[in-house]
Amino acid sequence: MNNYEVFNCDVLVIGAGGAGLRACIGAMEKGAKVGLVTKSLLGKAHTVMAEGGAAAALGNLDTEDNWEVHFRDTIRGGKFLANWRTVEIFAREAPERILELERYGAVFDRTGKGLISQRAFGGHKYRRLAHVGDRTGLEIIRTLQDKAVSMGIFDYPELTIIRLLKDGDRISGAVGYRRMDGGIVVFKAKAVVLATGGWGRMYRFTSNSWESTGDGVVLALRAGAELKDMEMVQFHPTGMIWPPSMRGILVTEGVRGDGGILLNSKGERFMFNYVPEFYRKETAETLEEALKWVHDKKNYRRPPELLPRDVVARAIYKEVQAGRGSEHGGVYLQISHMGADYIRKRLPSMVDQFLHLGNVDITKEPMEVYPTIHYTMGGVTSDPETCATNVPGLYACGEVATGLHGANRLGGNSLSDLLVFGRRAGEAAGEYAMQNESGEISESEISEEVNLLMEPLRRESGENPYQLHTELQDTMQEHAMIARTEEGLKRALEKIHELKERAKKIAVKGDTCFNPGWHQARDIQVMLTVSEVIVRSALERKESRGGHWRLDYDLEDPYWAQHNIIARLENGEIKLSHRKVPEMPEHLKKIIEG
Amino acid sequence: MATVTLNIFRGNQEKGYFQSYTVETFEGMVVLDAIHKIQREQDASLACRWNCKAAKCGSCSAEINGKPRLMCKTRIDSLPIEEPIIVTPLKTFPVIKDLVCDVSWNYEIARKIPPLKLADEGSKEPLRMMQEDVERVQEFRKCIECFLCQNVCHILRDHQRKDIFFGPRFMIKLAALEMHPLDVEDRSEFLKEVAGVGVCNITKCCTEVCPEEIHITDNGIIPLKERVADVYFDPIRGLLRWLKTP
Ligand SMILES: Cc1cc2nc3c(=O)[nH]c(=O)nc-3n(C[C@H](O)[C@H](O)[C@H](O)COP(=O)(O)OP(=O)(O)OC[C@H]3O[C@@H](n4cnc5c(N)ncnc54)[C@H](O)[C@@H]3O)c2cc1C
Ligand code: SF4
Ligand code: SF4
Ligand code: FES
Repeated sequence: MNNYEVFNCDVLVIGAGGAGLRACIGAMEKGAKVGLVTKSLLGKAHTVMAEGGAAAALGNLDTEDNWEVHFRDTIRGGKFLANWRTVEIFAREAPERILELERYGAVFDRTGKGLISQRAFGGHKYRRLAHVGDRTGLEIIRTLQDKAVSMGIFDYPELTIIRLLKDGDRISGAVGYRRMDGGIVVFKAKAVVLATGGWGRMYRFTSNSWESTGDGVVLALRAGAELKDMEMVQFHPTGMIWPPSMRGILVTEGVRGDGGILLNSKGERFMFNYVPEFYRKETAETLEEALKWVHDKKNYRRPPELLPRDVVARAIYKEVQAGRGSEHGGVYLQISHMGADYIRKRLPSMVDQFLHLGNVDITKEPMEVYPTIHYTMGGVTSDPETCATNVPGLYACGEVATGLHGANRLGGNSLSDLLVFGRRAGEAAGEYAMQNESGEISESEISEEVNLLMEPLRRESGENPYQLHTELQDTMQEHAMIARTEEGLKRALEKIHELKERAKKIAVKGDTCFNPGWHQARDIQVMLTVSEVIVRSALERKESRGGHWRLDYDLEDPYWAQHNIIARLENGEIKLSHRKVPEMPEHLKKIIEG
Repeated sequence: MATVTLNIFRGNQEKGYFQSYTVETFEGMVVLDAIHKIQREQDASLACRWNCKAAKCGSCSAEINGKPRLMCKTRIDSLPIEEPIIVTPLKTFPVIKDLVCDVSWNYEIARKIPPLKLADEGSKEPLRMMQEDVERVQEFRKCIECFLCQNVCHILRDHQRKDIFFGPRFMIKLAALEMHPLDVEDRSEFLKEVAGVGVCNITKCCTEVCPEEIHITDNGIIPLKERVADVYFDPIRGLLRWLKTP
């Protein structure tokens, strides 16, 4: 065997979402020859789906806004689990990155003065999200794609990386297969940037595409990199639950930012009953105040619907548990009171999508929503300045990386995360590649991996990968979703072990030419490993914080407020440890307290 | 339980056949749901592309009962289901397998387009543009690259003249650049000589299929044709038109 194509480059970027594309630009600016791989076609990565906007303290509408307020909001929203330096860099640099994007060709919505318009979003004190209607992600991905293409990127679309290759301690490349024909491609690279996005496919109701299996986490883990806070999964409060074909699809937070309200089956605006002490000062206390805020954001406090996502998601869960849920087991999200013209202007694709796919006219009637898995705060540990992992030559940025969002991500902070750390990762990888020679690649690593990949095709009969996936989704949905218990998590772990055994016996029909069953056979292996790390980390964190809610440890715990959970692979086993959250310098503490 | 039957193209550019599958329906089901059900329950080797299932990524283009559409935006109950639903890949591009086409030509075209050029290149100042001046550009930038318009344009589809015409998708891409209030690049020669704007004979088939409802012909191609005509045939008027307000 070992029949493969070879591509030589300085920097290999894995992933063509916002983070990967921005990394390509950064690396090319350092003079590196850059290869880019993606599982889909160019421009289709998850980033394309982002709706609401990209958070940056430009202060175009609320001039009081600045990086310090953004810093404070992000640290507090993340329940103090974030790395302060990561957040500092992020809050300081986000405005510059947004303005740069505009110079690459992005055309954001404008203010009356001709500047970039900014929208209110959960957890952000001021109007902060640069946006384009409700298709901000599309604008960002297309802009970066065009820029990278015009700079001369070497792209390999529809190619899945299955293993990182190493020369001793350091990265020397990666190997993957083309979806189109199953052809094996080996990339020799001096540095590799992981920008593989998040993982949500192991849950039943998900706003994530088939791509979101968590490949980056497993690639990194197997190469010796550290993962952090993998229990921290974000459940977006407003996923569609009806009709069934739209279940899990996201209703952007923009709906609430633009005046949408949450109601239970009794027509009560229940979020007023769930305002945590921590946020009381900045949240409207009465219906009147919340209503006035929609038109006068300066003089009134924000409505409780815009509390951070974890708070809103738990409140919805509790309302439904208490028997005040909607017809199909969710709650109502209503925006019709804002008037049809306003809604059509602010949320055009939302209106269209609901009318067309759900027969729901959101300008007239409410939507039915329930929390859906949405984002993964945990991921590969990387250095705030350079995005370097603990493996020399390996960098991580975007959703696959961790450190910025702590226990809960604020809406809008991901898109600017991609820009800030995509650039930093790309530039650092570019510099590293220009200063180092290529490493050797190992034939044995390649053939071992390719063998594993091909096995399911060689078996006459065995397990069906789709069946295993369904069972995994049911397990994670039941036991590792929004409300967790020790008992449930242990059951999930048992099931994952059972599925891992069965996954060794998967058989698929057909050949290597665009064969979804075969792709799924590989993806399920990855998802099982990721699920195991999520569940084990969730068992370990015996408290409730942000996205992680333990019914049996319903409070925040001071010990855990200061500890991240680290996961590593040792002799094929996942090992967990606790690590102290780096202490914030005094001058930043003042910002938080102030 | 209600069911629906789909006759789906299986095979590649060289040879193929129609395979019939019957699946149970559920409320609000779209064609892509049916394909996924078939993959899960009947035939895991059936190939299609998809990502968002929300009409945002432009991956799941196919021809449904002969009409180019997004599979994730086509509800089963909007189709006559007494008859089997016929699903075939886009006709204009070579079939790789089943419903998956080789659309790489489009990406090659994209590489040729001269990017945005600002007068104050290198500056870091925020740009100033008014909403009313960017609205048209924003309309074009809604494009999700589903290539349905490329698929129906007769110049590419029936005449296979990919050598002389970039197709509607790239006409509006060029229009978005040309109408950007701060762009200073001159693409008139490029439009005429390379992109082939003159070849389009305004049949508007492209506009009809665009899932983003972009007015490709009226707002994009026709103004581009006028610009090119002005520059080439009426230098004075052309110059006036081309002088963009700073
Ligand atoms: C519906 C929705 C709405 C959202 N709205 C917002 C919003 O308004 N604001 C905000 O800030 N955030 C939002 N988010 C979150 C945000 O979109 C994502 O966090 C972000 O786009 C992730 O970008 P990324 O570049 O890290 O990865 P992605 O865009 O997910 O890209 C990952 C890339 O990695 C590739 N890849 C993965 N594995 C492999 C492999 N093995 N081999 C090769 N390639 C691989 C994929 O093909 C893909 O190209 C939203 C998310 C969703 C789902
Ligand atoms: S209007 Fe022009 S671009 Fe559109 S389909 Fe007709 S010929 Fe093609
Ligand atoms: S212009 Fe419309 S039809 Fe053409 S590729 Fe873009 S979205 Fe699709
Ligand atoms: S799957 Fe994205 S447009 Fe249909």
